[in-house]
Amino acid sequence: MTNTSRKPPALIIATVGALLFLHVPLAIILLYSFTTDDRTYTFPLPGLTLRWFPTAWARADLWQALWLSVKVAGVATAIALTLGSLIALAIYRSKFFGREAISFLVILPIALPGIVTGIALRSALSLLDLNFSYWTIVVGHATFCVVTVYNNVIARLRRTSASQIEASMDLGANSFQTFRYIVLPAIATALLAGGMLAFALSFDEVIVTTFTAGQQATLPIWIFSQLVRPRDRPVTNVVAVFVIAITAIPILLAHRLTSKDA
Amino acid sequence: MAGGGSFAPPALCRKPREAAISHSPSAIVTHSSSSPAPAVSFVNVSRHFGEVKAVDGVSLDINDGEFFSLLGPSGSGKTTCLRLVAGFEQPTAGSIQLHGEEVANLPPYERDVNTVFQDYALFPHMTVGENVAYGLMIKKVPKPERDKRLGEMLELVRLPGLAGRRPSQLSGGQRQRVALARALINHPRVLLLDEPLGALDLKLRQQMQIELKAIQRQVRITFVFVTHDQEEALTMSDRLAVFNLGKIEQIGSPAEVYEHPATAFVAGFVGVSNLIRGEIAQAITGSAQTFSIRPEKIQLRDLGQPVSGDEYSVEGRIRDVIYLGMHTRYLVELSGGSDLTVVEQNLRTTSMDVLAARGRAVRLVWQKAHVRPVGN
Ligand SMILES: Nc1ncnc2c1ncn2[C@@H]1O[C@H](COP(=O)(O)OP(=O)(O)OP(=O)(O)O)[C@@H](O)[C@H]1O
Ligand SMILES: [Mg+2]
Repeated sequence: MTNTSRKPPALIIATVGALLFLHVPLAIILLYSFTTDDRTYTFPLPGLTLRWFPTAWARADLWQALWLSVKVAGVATAIALTLGSLIALAIYRSKFFGREAISFLVILPIALPGIVTGIALRSALSLLDLNFSYWTIVVGHATFCVVTVYNNVIARLRRTSASQIEASMDLGANSFQTFRYIVLPAIATALLAGGMLAFALSFDEVIVTTFTAGQQATLPIWIFSQLVRPRDRPVTNVVAVFVIAITAIPILLAHRLTSKDA
Repeated sequence: MAGGGSFAPPALCRKPREAAISHSPSAIVTHSSSSPAPAVSFVNVSRHFGEVKAVDGVSLDINDGEFFSLLGPSGSGKTTCLRLVAGFEQPTAGSIQLHGEEVANLPPYERDVNTVFQDYALFPHMTVGENVAYGLMIKKVPKPERDKRLGEMLELVRLPGLAGRRPSQLSGGQRQRVALARALINHPRVLLLDEPLGALDLKLRQQMQIELKAIQRQVRITFVFVTHDQEEALTMSDRLAVFNLGKIEQIGSPAEVYEHPATAFVAGFVGVSNLIRGEIAQAITGSAQTFSIRPEKIQLRDLGQPVSGDEYSVEGRIRDVIYLGMHTRYLVELSGGSDLTVVEQNLRTTSMDVLAARGRAVRLVWQKAHVRPVGN
């Protein structure tokens, strides 16, 4: 961005246009969380008020949905950190038959449309005769959360020279010590970044969740239901603002962590 | 283990190491056997990767305290040999012994051997001091002792004051020293070095050759040194093994290998040699046995000059002259069509004289004693 003057004007217009297209809706949501009109989106706003914030705060169903989302995202991220890094280490360290196939299978869930993953999980659940529960949501989310952690860790491992691990063993460290002192520090920021991305992905996931949640509402599902049956419409905007803030922070941090030592 | 970490009197070197490993079986073996088993012993060792015979039937004894080089062209199996000693590779056949003890099933961290890696393999998230003291930290050597030995080590490789830096803040030569210090701080019985000077420029390389040799004399540890640079191997080693295609062509002292190359390959790889075969050999010596003759052993004479009974001679025409300042290299075409290289010092000649020699018919003469019959 330092040499803006040298770029062709068309490019600048396109860039600005794209940025506006992406961010104006967010600005509108922010704006309408202060409106006094609780039915429609009229412009200009009929008036400004802060009353939707305490209203949102007092809604028990909102708190329930939020708590469910946090729990699901937290556990799905924990599962993703464990499985994702273990798979990455296995794929990186050893050459076994079907290694590429496994690598592909791990990445597949994020490439597949969520609707396919959702239908697949739902049929699997009914086939196994399992009831919808908190855990069925977690499993659904873990499928794609594992991928983000795996991708981050394997990319980091590929940039770490294999001879560091050998050097550590050569200097007397067993596998566990080598993991503790050499591998873990090398992949620490990749784990953090992957984990935060996973958390953010899980936190606002709708499609897979609708297939695996049954009657439970995570926060995004709760917001969705609010749009269909509006009651205190600006409350949804207030919640949306918070969701934007909460998911943007980890994504920005993750971006900084991975680009800093690239 | 307290005290005794000093490198200065070599007699003290062994103490901390033996104390450090006294719980392991290898120490018991070394203590009880007083016969000087070779530091490293390969008996018919092979390491095949599918079709590729990286190491193929190698037998080799490296003596305790020796500076031993593995010399060979790229892909000849030197690194694989080193990795077999370190424990990163397992032989597909044969047996490897360290100080008389079979090590086939020992993982790298249970072998009393340390490695200086070709890419140095420093840990980027640790400081120089943490890198060097890593082995001691793993062995849970108490902090005061660790710091003391760290100081001595940095002194030894002439890097005092750099303990707080990160590897990324060092020059190539400094990284090389850190890698060396990190491997030596454990007082291993054998130090493996894989082309440790490969990444350095010529000046630094020559300086490090001298320093490395001095350090080896000081610590009296067996050094196994991998290089593809024949000059480096000749100047530094007590003995060397010449590798080709996973096999050893010759083992000997630098003088032996240079003066008496056992095979045509060694004659060509170590220094420059003229190999003379078949009919031309027959015409010169009366036997079709291939022989080698070093360029510096050949004299150029005018056609009419006499040849004595203890000399061989052959006629040729100077095809090319390369003036190199200190000496001149002549390419002489023999009547059979092959070329001989001749090197002469520019004792009396100037560049004008030697360059004028191009195209002239000459007689090449050398002492019979300098001819080395070689296997094909
Ligand atoms: N892990 C491996 N898998 C397959 N082939 C290998 C492996 N390691 C080495 N090789 C092959 O074994 C042969 C010897 O390799 P090695 O690394 O020992 O050579 P080198 O003498 O050290 O060469 P350089 O001087 O280039 O380092 C080469 O042909 C190499 O391709
Ligand atoms: Mg090599």
